[in-house]
Amino acid sequence: MMITIDMINFTPFSAFCGGILIGIAVILFFISTGRLAGISGIVNNTLTNTRNWLSNFLFLIGLVLGPTFYVFILNNDIPFFMTSSLPLIIIGGILVGFGTKIGSGCTSGHGICGISRFSIRSIVATITFIILAMITVALLKLLGFV
Amino acid sequence: MMNKIFSLLSGSIFGIGLTVSSMTNPAKVIGFLNITDKWDPSLMFVMIGAIAISAPFFYLLRNKSKPFFDLNFETPNITIIDKKLILGASMFGIGWGMVGFCPGPAIASLALLKPLSIIFVIAMASGFYMSKFVKIDN
Repeated sequence: MMITIDMINFTPFSAFCGGILIGIAVILFFISTGRLAGISGIVNNTLTNTRNWLSNFLFLIGLVLGPTFYVFILNNDIPFFMTSSLPLIIIGGILVGFGTKIGSGCTSGHGICGISRFSIRSIVATITFIILAMITVALLKLLGFV
Repeated sequence: MMNKIFSLLSGSIFGIGLTVSSMTNPAKVIGFLNITDKWDPSLMFVMIGAIAISAPFFYLLRNKSKPFFDLNFETPNITIIDKKLILGASMFGIGWGMVGFCPGPAIASLALLKPLSIIFVIAMASGFYMSKFVKIDN
């Protein structure tokens, strides 16, 4: 199989800078609260657990305030295109919630925090979800859903 | 008090990071997952950037006894790779591929007030609740 790189949309610099900010946020959260910034865990705990509730809730508020500040105060225009149909969005959302709960993490918890701590569990989880997501996109394209 | 301020601060920086890197744009994420057509490898650089910062710091902090504003570090100590991990990661991967949203960017994109993001976040929250009613036997 030949892989064709999409050079027009390739933005390694901004991606890398965003990644650096995410890394700083992970460490800042860890060194101040002692916890890992896995977003699925934080959302799930905010909904179902009273422990550290305010701290988790404020992290999520920040997660929305950060982009709000970046877009509306600093006036950056950020693209947003969501091409999936409504049923796909709903089923996909349920799978993301359900899957990250039983798999104990998402892109941030396993993909960034876990890999950075050299956790084999997280490396396995990350490879699994990236491969499955790639297969899903390929299948949906093949079947003409997206 | 300080840990609340730092939670808000780290959440905000995390959110700006997701926005700067375009993770909040589902089409960009789909472009990264789309290896059979035209592949946009940008998002690999998000992970590289994040890990380049967090891995060395986690290493440097490994012997620190407690965080600045809380009693102790809470890190997972499970090491087994079980069916739950694989099943959960697979389901998450399928959902991620269907939409192009994982939990962080989905929440961060609420800032843009897009109805479809809000629907996704509600569906995701229901997924969390549903998992309470399913028992997975390892």
